[in-house]
Amino acid sequence: MNAHPFHTEEYRQALEQLQVVDFVLLELNLYLDTHPWDVQAIQQFNHYTHERMKIANQFQEKYGPLQNYGHAYSGCPWSWIETPWPWQV
Amino acid sequence: MWVYEKKLQYPVRVSKCDPRMAKLLLEQYGGADGELAAALRYLNQRYSIPDKVIGLLTDIGTEEFAHLEMIATMVYKLTKDATPQQLDAAGLGPHYVAHDSALFYSNAAGVPWTAAYIQAKGDPIADLYEDIAAEEKARATYQWLIDMTDDVDLQDGLKFLREREIVHSLRFREAVEILKEEREVRKVF
Ligand SMILES: [Fe+2]
Repeated sequence: MNAHPFHTEEYRQALEQLQVVDFVLLELNLYLDTHPWDVQAIQQFNHYTHERMKIANQFQEKYGPLQNYGHAYSGCPWSWIETPWPWQV
Repeated sequence: MWVYEKKLQYPVRVSKCDPRMAKLLLEQYGGADGELAAALRYLNQRYSIPDKVIGLLTDIGTEEFAHLEMIATMVYKLTKDATPQQLDAAGLGPHYVAHDSALFYSNAAGVPWTAAYIQAKGDPIADLYEDIAAEEKARATYQWLIDMTDDVDLQDGLKFLREREIVHSLRFREAVEILKEEREVRKVF
C-alpha cells in the first residue's frame, strides 16, 4: 500500500524547504520596511523571491495549490478544497 | 485584499494530547496580548499612521494572523483526542459545554476577547509605543507558556513565536525613530 503523499517524509521536507525560504523573505521584508535604502538586503530579497517562485512551483506541481483566487493552477477535480489544511498536517 | 496561503508559517508539532496546555494557550489566541489582538491592532492603526510606517504595520499585522493560525493548530492538536472527561479535568468543562470542540476567542481564564484590548489613539508615537509594549507582553507570555510544559515539540513552536515578538518589537522601535527623525526634519525646514 502506498503512503498518502501528505504523510510522507518527502512532503514534510518539501514543506519545510518552502517554510525556510519564506521565512528568509519575511525577515528581509520586515527589515526593509524600516531600512528601505539597504541595497544589499534588496538584492537578497530579489534573489530569494526568484528562488521562492521555483520552490513554490515545484511544490504546487506535486501537492496542489498553495494560494486561492487564481494564484495557482488547479487540477480536476478542483484542487483547492482538498485536504490537508495546514492544521491537519 | 488578502490572499490565503495553505501552509503554516512554521511547523506545529505536539507530542501528546494535553488539554491543560491547550487551555493555557488560549491566552495567546483570544487574550489581551494575544495574536488576534495583535493582528487587529496593527491593521487598524494603518489608516492614521504616517505613510512611512504603513508597510510595516501591514506586514506585521499579516504575520500575526499566521501566528494566530499556529496557536489554533496547537490547541486543535492538543485537544482533538481528548474525552469530555479529560477536558473537564483540565478546566475546559465550561468551554466544552458551550463550544464542544470548537475554538473560541477567549483568554486562558475563559474571558471572551474584546476590542477594549486594543487601543487606537491616532497619535503615531502613542500607537507605536503601545505596539512595542504589546510585543513585549506577548514575548513574556510565550516564555511563561514554555515554562508550563515539558513537551519539547510544543516548546519548539512556542520558541519560534517568542522570537518573532522580539523581532516585531525591534522593528516597531525602528519605526518610532523614523517618525522622530521625520519630525525633526519638519522642524528644521
Ligand atoms: Fe508580534
